[in-house]
Amino acid sequence: MKSLSQIVGNTPASGIRRFFDLVAELDDVISLGVGEPDYVTPWRIREAAIYSLEKGRTTYTSNYGLLELREAIVAKHIERYGTGWNPRTEVLVTVGVSEALDTAFRAILNPGDEVLIPEPCYVSYAPCVMFAGGVPVPIPTRASADFATHPEAIAERITEKTKAILLSYPTNPTGAVMSREGLQKVVDMAVEHDLYILSDEIYDRLCYDSEHVSVPALDGAKDRTILLNGFSKAYAMTGWRIGYACAPAPIIEMMMKIHQYTMLCAPITAQIAALEALKNAEQDAAEMVADYDRRRRLFVKGLNELGLECRMPGGAFYAFPSIEKTGLTSEEFAERLLKEERVLVVPGDVFGDGGIGHVRCCYATATNKLTEALERMGRFLSKL
Amino acid sequence: MDLEILRILERDARLSAAQIAAMTGRSEAQVNAAIAAAESTGVIRSYRTRIDWEKAGAGRVYAFIDVAAQPERGTGYDRIAERIYRYPEVHSVYLVSGSQDLRVIVEGKTMQEVANFVAEKLATIDGVRGTATHFLLKKYKDDGDIFGDAPTDERLAVTP
Repeated sequence: MKSLSQIVGNTPASGIRRFFDLVAELDDVISLGVGEPDYVTPWRIREAAIYSLEKGRTTYTSNYGLLELREAIVAKHIERYGTGWNPRTEVLVTVGVSEALDTAFRAILNPGDEVLIPEPCYVSYAPCVMFAGGVPVPIPTRASADFATHPEAIAERITEKTKAILLSYPTNPTGAVMSREGLQKVVDMAVEHDLYILSDEIYDRLCYDSEHVSVPALDGAKDRTILLNGFSKAYAMTGWRIGYACAPAPIIEMMMKIHQYTMLCAPITAQIAALEALKNAEQDAAEMVADYDRRRRLFVKGLNELGLECRMPGGAFYAFPSIEKTGLTSEEFAERLLKEERVLVVPGDVFGDGGIGHVRCCYATATNKLTEALERMGRFLSKL
Repeated sequence: MDLEILRILERDARLSAAQIAAMTGRSEAQVNAAIAAAESTGVIRSYRTRIDWEKAGAGRVYAFIDVAAQPERGTGYDRIAERIYRYPEVHSVYLVSGSQDLRVIVEGKTMQEVANFVAEKLATIDGVRGTATHFLLKKYKDDGDIFGDAPTDERLAVTP
C-alpha cells in the first residue's frame, strides 16, 4: 500500500486521548476534564429547533447561512462591541468555530507561511495550521504575566514568512483575559508587520471581572481580522456544532469557497436554534454566566487553600493551577490524581509548553461535585 | 437586602457561609450578617427540604380546590381565607382572579380523607358559596423543581 498523508501523519495526536482510555476503566470519577458547560441547552432554544423540525424546515440554507441569523449576529456585535459587518458579504455561518478556524487558515495560508500562536492554547490551532500547509510558531506566555501576549515576544518570532497571529482571549485552558491596552499593542504589531489576525472569541460572554475586549473593535484591527465565534459556550450548545466567522468580504469570499465545496452549509436546525439563542436567550445566558462566576470563585479559592497556586482567571470556565510544588510533572499529577482519588484534570502541557507544571480544571460542574473534588485533591496532596 | 445571597440560598440552602463568601467575593462575616438580617426581617421565611414523597413510598394526596366565596364589607376575603388556612390539612391558599375567588391546595393521606375535609369543613364555612375539587394525578414540576429521574451528566469525561 502507498503511504498515507505526510502532513496528517506528522501532526501529533491529541495528548488527552490517553486519559480517555484511563478514565473508561474507573468508576465514580469526578471529571474536571471537560471543555463544555454542564448545562443543557436552554429549553426555549431546543423548543425552537423542535418546532422548526415539526414545520418541516429541513432544507439546505444559503452557503453563507440564513440571512436572518447573519443579521442577528451582526446586530449582537454592534450592540455589545460597536463593531459591525455587512451581513451579506462579511459573515459566514459555520459548523462550529472548529470549521471556521480550519477554513480561515486554509483561506489565508500558502505552503510554508507561519502563524504565531500564543501558548498554552486550545489544542486545535497548530494542527489546523499544519493541515493548511502552514507552520505554527508558538509564542510562550507565562502564568506570572497572566498569560498575556507581549509585543516583544511577537517581534522576536517574526520572519518574512509570518502571515498571521492567532489570539484567543479569554483563553482555554488558562482562563486568561487581556487588557484593552495590551491587545491594542498586539494589534499595532500586526499592523506594523502586515499580519492577519484570527481572533477566537468563543468565550467572550464568559468574562467575569471586566468587559470583554473584542479584537476587531480595536484601532486598525478590523480590516485584517477574522473574528471567530459561536454559540457553544455562552448558550450551552456544544453539540449543535454552530459557529461563525466575520471578516472583510475578500476573506469571507475565500472562506465561503472552501465551505461551499466541503460543508455546503451549517445544519439548518442548528442555525434556527442559534437565531433563537440570539433573539431570546439573553437571560438564560446571563444566569449561566453568573453561576460560573460563583463556582469560579469557590473553586479557585479552594485550590489556593490546598496550596495549589492559582491566579483568578478572568474568563472562560477553567482554572489553571500550578502543580510545580508537588514535584510531579503535569502528566504524573493528572494520572495519579485520577487513579488514586478519581478526579480527572487535564495535564497543562497538552496545551503547549507554557502549560508545563500546570493542570487544567473545568469548573463548569455542580457545586457539590467541585467541593468533593477539592476534598479528594486535598487528600491526594496530603499523601504525596 | 443582599439579593445575590438570597438567589444562591433559594437554590441551595445548605451552602455554608464560607462557601457563599467564596462564591460572591464577600467576607464570611458579611454573609452571616446578610443572612441574619434577611432572617430577622422575615425575608427568609424558613429553610426546608423538598422531598419526593412518592419515591419515599409515602405518597400523599393533593387536591386543588376552587372556592367561590362571598366577600365581606371591611375585610373582603381575608376572614374567610383565614378560616380556611388555619386547618393543617390546607397546604396553600391564594386569592385569584377569574371565575372563582380562592384557590386552595389541600393535602391528605387518601382521596377519601381529602374529600371528607372538603365536604365537612371547607364547603360548610360561612360565606363559601361553592367548591370545585381537582385531584392532583401526577406531579411533573413543583416550585421550579422537575420531578422524575435526575438528569445524568452525558458529557464525555475529557474534551479539549
